[in-house]
Amino acid sequence: MSRVAANLSLVAGDGGRPGEKRANFSELGGSWTLPAPPNPTLSELFAAQPRDGGWAGFLLAQLDTSKPLLWVQERMAILEAGRVHPPGLPIQSLIHVEARDAKDALWAMEEGLRCSCLSAVIGEIWGDPRVLDFTATRRLAVASERSGTPCWLARLGGTANLSGARMRWRLASAPSLLNDLDPKAPGLPAWDAELFRARGSPPGRWTVAHEAGAFHLVAPSGGRAVDEERRLSA
Amino acid sequence: MPHLAVERWTKSAGCPPDSNAALTLSPSKGERSRFDKLNVSAKPAIVLTVEGTHGPVIHAVTKAAAIRGARAGARLTDARALDPALVAVPADPASDAALVQRLAKWAGRWSPLVEVDGPDGLRMDVTGVAHLFGGERSLVRDMQRRFAALGLTTQIAIAPTAAAAWALSHFGSSDLIVTPAKAGVHVDANSRRSQLPADMDASLRWHDELKGLHVSALRLEADTVRTLERLGLKTLGALMDVPRLALARRFRGAEDVVDALDRLVGRKPEPLTAAPADPPPRALLKLEEPATHPEVGSQALERLIPDLVRQLQGRHLGARRLSLIGYRVDGSGAVASVATAIASREPKHLQRLLADKAAALNPEFGFDAFVLTAEWTEDLSAAQESLVEKSSGSQELARLVDRLTVKLGPRRVRRPEPQESHLPERASGWVSAIRSSLSHSDGEGDRSTKSSGGGVWRRPLHHAASRHGPPPRAKLREELKRPQRLLDRPEAIDVIYATPEGMPRRFVWRRAVHDIARAEGPERIAPEWWRQPSSARLRDYYRVEDSDGRRYWIYREGLIGDGRGGLPNWFIHGLFG
Repeated sequence: MSRVAANLSLVAGDGGRPGEKRANFSELGGSWTLPAPPNPTLSELFAAQPRDGGWAGFLLAQLDTSKPLLWVQERMAILEAGRVHPPGLPIQSLIHVEARDAKDALWAMEEGLRCSCLSAVIGEIWGDPRVLDFTATRRLAVASERSGTPCWLARLGGTANLSGARMRWRLASAPSLLNDLDPKAPGLPAWDAELFRARGSPPGRWTVAHEAGAFHLVAPSGGRAVDEERRLSA
Repeated sequence: MPHLAVERWTKSAGCPPDSNAALTLSPSKGERSRFDKLNVSAKPAIVLTVEGTHGPVIHAVTKAAAIRGARAGARLTDARALDPALVAVPADPASDAALVQRLAKWAGRWSPLVEVDGPDGLRMDVTGVAHLFGGERSLVRDMQRRFAALGLTTQIAIAPTAAAAWALSHFGSSDLIVTPAKAGVHVDANSRRSQLPADMDASLRWHDELKGLHVSALRLEADTVRTLERLGLKTLGALMDVPRLALARRFRGAEDVVDALDRLVGRKPEPLTAAPADPPPRALLKLEEPATHPEVGSQALERLIPDLVRQLQGRHLGARRLSLIGYRVDGSGAVASVATAIASREPKHLQRLLADKAAALNPEFGFDAFVLTAEWTEDLSAAQESLVEKSSGSQELARLVDRLTVKLGPRRVRRPEPQESHLPERASGWVSAIRSSLSHSDGEGDRSTKSSGGGVWRRPLHHAASRHGPPPRAKLREELKRPQRLLDRPEAIDVIYATPEGMPRRFVWRRAVHDIARAEGPERIAPEWWRQPSSARLRDYYRVEDSDGRRYWIYREGLIGDGRGGLPNWFIHGLFG
């Protein structure tokens, strides 16, 4: 709690209107370590807005790309928010599964987690299907911990119900950083990441960008502080 | 020394003469190589020996050795007593047999039906084949020439029946082509006996060639031949003159001379059995009673898998496609088949793949037999991947793909295979994961064609020149130029923009208004005129960021006044992460 507060105070001076004065993170000097569980496990990612692809950038930035990746997309998620587009991904190899419904998607994720040859398993579920209950998420968490393969469950348009996930994030895009070459063009992407439930690390909310293999704190859009109410309720 | 017997017969009266070819070989490649090793002169007196009960026994002799008194079947010491200079070389019957098998396949160049006949012969049906080689004479010449090129001497006979061809090739003086005098009246192998007498005289004309041969040309047992000789019936001609009734009375049962004689002249058919091509590994389970139990499929699978795996192991194969067929009592069948991403013969894995589908086989009136076939196999030598009992990543990955594909279908489990195209929807080139070789996806693959797909993402055209190894990683900023997500079908949006080709200011997608805070573009992607219709319009792509920081990839299709439609339309195509 105190660490988050300290980090936030570091950047609080720069909080202005979005897009107006976005300094590069190097000027801010705030290097940030991602709160991560000690062992690979299941993490849940909620897209704050279902048609915002920002969470994918945040997720891809922390993936180990040496081994193949299994990306499971439910059919509804593909229809609503698009299919994974390999030329835009920084990964070496990918197996993509288009699941008919959430049940198939969860099954495919669990199959992938049985095998230690994957760098990560990513699953995208649309909404709040009935099969995605505490038991299902708990199964995924246990399978992930047993095989040592990190598992990410992306929830598009879903609500944060009871879940067995060890870490739960809520992601939204933040106005991007200044583009050195063209001030009118979008720059390095930034994300508004909120860790609202975690085992072993305090929750918090940060605005971060990623470059050269590390996350960096940037000025939050609007200079918001940690949302006390939401944190306490979670 | 080896003989090649080519026979020919007519199958039915009125048809053009059919021909069959039988090839007999005795000395093999092993023998030849040994001769070469000995570096003998043109007339080597060499005998091949096998171990007999009382020392080496001569197996085969060269011509020079035969002149000096060596005979096949004699003991080596006896032959050495006649000529101490004989060179004895141990025979290798196993590799001889293998050579004959190989030659039988090779002889498929002349005829589709080739049978291995004994240790040193081939018989082939050259019916209707000779004209392809310019007639029977040139066919025989061609055979002689090609076998001679292999270092094998042949004796060839073409005759109307298989037995006659064998007899002439083994006991005839030289290469023979025996044809019936009149094709139209030749003996029909399938005709009734009552029709025979009328044809007999004409058919017997070609029998003249056989009449001088010794009775052992009938391939009878040694005892029978001895009996015939004692009776004074030394030649086939003498035998043919004896009334059938008398012959039939004297020789009955297994030593039926009449039967052999009938096959020789074509009164009885003698079909050839072709050497089969490699049949796919196949395991069969017969049930004593038709089983209607719902689990009969999985139980049968459990029993069949070990059998099939044993066969695969023996032949060093791995299965790529398996099918389990259940045969029902009412004459129908049910099929369950699966494919694998890499060749496998691991029983657990194969069983797991088929288990669900096998359990779903509907017995209806009951299955009474099951067959498990590896329809498609690939070479798979035994390999130990690591010291500990743990399979490698590529193996495990292939098994994962198998499991996913079996349950979800090949069209739902895919991996990208980059295409050389600038059109985003074509560039990813999704292919079914089970069809592409995943084993090389780690970049260490030796097959250059497929491995390029699994390496670092290759941007179209840009890195076409880098042939060695994966192209250098593009910079982070460049990678972000393509969105992480692409809509399957671009969705039309309403855009406020500065005409005619200005930047977009605001757009409405799915009833939500997005104010564009920053934009970059356009990136112009022209239609692929060699693929698309001429009415396809170019696309100007913009990377835009709305006031909340969400980044999208939108494009304007066409230009005002490009002559390919009215006002340009705007579409959203991708989402940036």
